[in-house]
Amino acid sequence: MCGIVGLYLKNSALESQLGKLFEPMLIAMTGRGPDSAGFAIYGDEVSEDMIKLTLQHEDEHYPWHILAEKLEEAFKTDVSVMHNANAAVLKLKADETPVRATIAEFDPSIRIMSVGRSIEILKEVGLPEQIAERFTLSGMKGSHIVGHTRMATESGVTMEGSHPFSTGMDLCLVHNGSLSNHNRLREELQKEGIQFETENDSEVAAGYLTWRLRQGASVQEALEGAIEDLDGFFTFTVGTKDGFAVVRDPIACKPAVMAETEDYVAMASEYHALSTLPGIENAKLWEPDPGKVYFWGKG
Amino acid sequence: MKFDLKTQTVREVNQALHDLPKDKQAEVEINGISGDHNLAVGMDHPVKITLNGHAGYYCAGMNKEAEIIVNGNAGQGVAENMMSGKVHVKGNASQSAAATAHGGLLVVDGDAAARCGISMKGVNIVVKGSVGHMSAFMGQSGCLVVCGDAGEALGDSLYEAHLYVKGKVESLGADCIEKEMRAEHLEELSALLKEAGCDDNPEDFTRYGSGRQLYNFKVDNTSAY
Repeated sequence: MCGIVGLYLKNSALESQLGKLFEPMLIAMTGRGPDSAGFAIYGDEVSEDMIKLTLQHEDEHYPWHILAEKLEEAFKTDVSVMHNANAAVLKLKADETPVRATIAEFDPSIRIMSVGRSIEILKEVGLPEQIAERFTLSGMKGSHIVGHTRMATESGVTMEGSHPFSTGMDLCLVHNGSLSNHNRLREELQKEGIQFETENDSEVAAGYLTWRLRQGASVQEALEGAIEDLDGFFTFTVGTKDGFAVVRDPIACKPAVMAETEDYVAMASEYHALSTLPGIENAKLWEPDPGKVYFWGKG
Repeated sequence: MKFDLKTQTVREVNQALHDLPKDKQAEVEINGISGDHNLAVGMDHPVKITLNGHAGYYCAGMNKEAEIIVNGNAGQGVAENMMSGKVHVKGNASQSAAATAHGGLLVVDGDAAARCGISMKGVNIVVKGSVGHMSAFMGQSGCLVVCGDAGEALGDSLYEAHLYVKGKVESLGADCIEKEMRAEHLEELSALLKEAGCDDNPEDFTRYGSGRQLYNFKVDNTSAY
C-alpha cells in the first residue's frame, strides 16, 4: 500500500495555512501507511546565490551551531540555522557540491535530506500523526507540499527508506507501489554515478529521475522516461520548486484522485484524504488517466 | 431513518442496516460521508439506501435485493460481487465497478474507470459516460452498456457477456469482436437503457462479443483432460 498526498495553493492568501490544511490529509492516509511518514514543503525561498539545506541527525540535541561555524569559516559567509526536532534548516551563500563535501568531512553521520532554494524534506519512522506533531507541521507556511505515508514492502522500516526522496535541487519523489526491475536498474544507475543508501525500490525511481534530470531532461521528459523504463506498479508525485507532477503506471494499479478549486489543486491516494479541504463539496474531482504526466504549478 | 457517519462508525451503520426488519421495505439516508470504505456492504433484503457524499472503496459490495443510491462519486469496486438489486452512482465510479457481480443492475451517471465489469457473471451495467481500459475483461454473462467511449482492450478474453458501446472503442481485447445487432439485442438494450433512465437510441450502439477463438472454446482441447 502507501498513501500519497499533495497540495498546491493557487491562492497565495492561504500560504500561512498550508501546514494546517495539509496535516489532516497526511493523517487520513494512516491506514495506507502506518510505518513512516514524511513531507516536502516548499516556501521561504532564498535568493538565487544562496542554498537551503535540510539536515537530520539521530541525536535530537545535535549541536548544529558547531557545523554552522565550520561552514561559516569554510565559505566565509553567514549561515543561518533553524532547528526543528532532530532536523535543522541551514541557509548560506555557497554552492551545493563543496557544501556537501564539507558536511560529509565534518561528520558523516549527518544526513542531508534536501538541497534547494525552497524545499525542506522532513520524514521519520512512526505514525503520520506523530511525524506531523514532531515537526509541527500544522504551523508551517509555504506554497505547496507533498507527503507520503509508508507501508513498507521492498525494504525495512527506516528513516532512510521513508519518503519523500530528494532527486536533485528542489526536487523530490513520493511513490505508491512496487517496482520489479529495481535491482538491475540500480546497478545501471550506479555505473552512471548515482549513489544509493538503501535496498528500497522507490529510491531507485528517485535515482532514475535524478539521473534523467542531470542529463538535462525536463520533469515531464524524466517522468515520460520513467513510464518506459520502470517495470512495476506506481503512482508517483514529484515536487518541484514551482509545483507538483503526478503520473500513474499505464495499467493503473495504484489509485489517485485529484481535486481542484479556485484556491488549490490537491491530490491523494483516496478521496478520504481530500474530504477536510475547504470547498471540497464543490471542487472538480477526477482520477488522473494512467500513463499520462500531469503538472500543476507556476509557469 | 437517518445515519450520520460524523457521529457513527461504518461498522455501526452497516450493522444497523443488516438488523433492519427483513419483511418491510425501509428507506434509509446516510449523511456525513467523507470517502469511507465498505459503505452498505452485504445487504440482503429490499431496503432503499441513499448515500449523500462521495463513497470510498467497495461501496454496496455483495449487494442482494437492496436499492443503493450514491449522491456523489464511488471509489474502487462499487457493487463488487453484487447478486441482485440496484446500485445507482450519480457521479463517477473508480476502477473495477461491479467486478465479478452475478446479478442486479449498476447505473453510473458519469464515467467508470478501468476494469469496469471485470469478470462480470450476470450483472447488467449501464455507464452513461465512458469506461476505462480492460473493461469487461473475462466477462462471463450479463450486459455492459456504455453510452460514451470505451478504453483500450475492451472485452479481452470474453466469454458470453454482451457489450454495447455508443461511442468509439480505443481497441478491442483478445478475441473480442464486433457483432451484428439483431432484434433480440435491440430489445435487450432498449430495456436496459429505459431502466437506467437513458434516452439514447439503441440503434446508435454497436454490439461486441466473444469471437470464441480462444483455448476454452476449442472442442479439441477437451482431449487434454
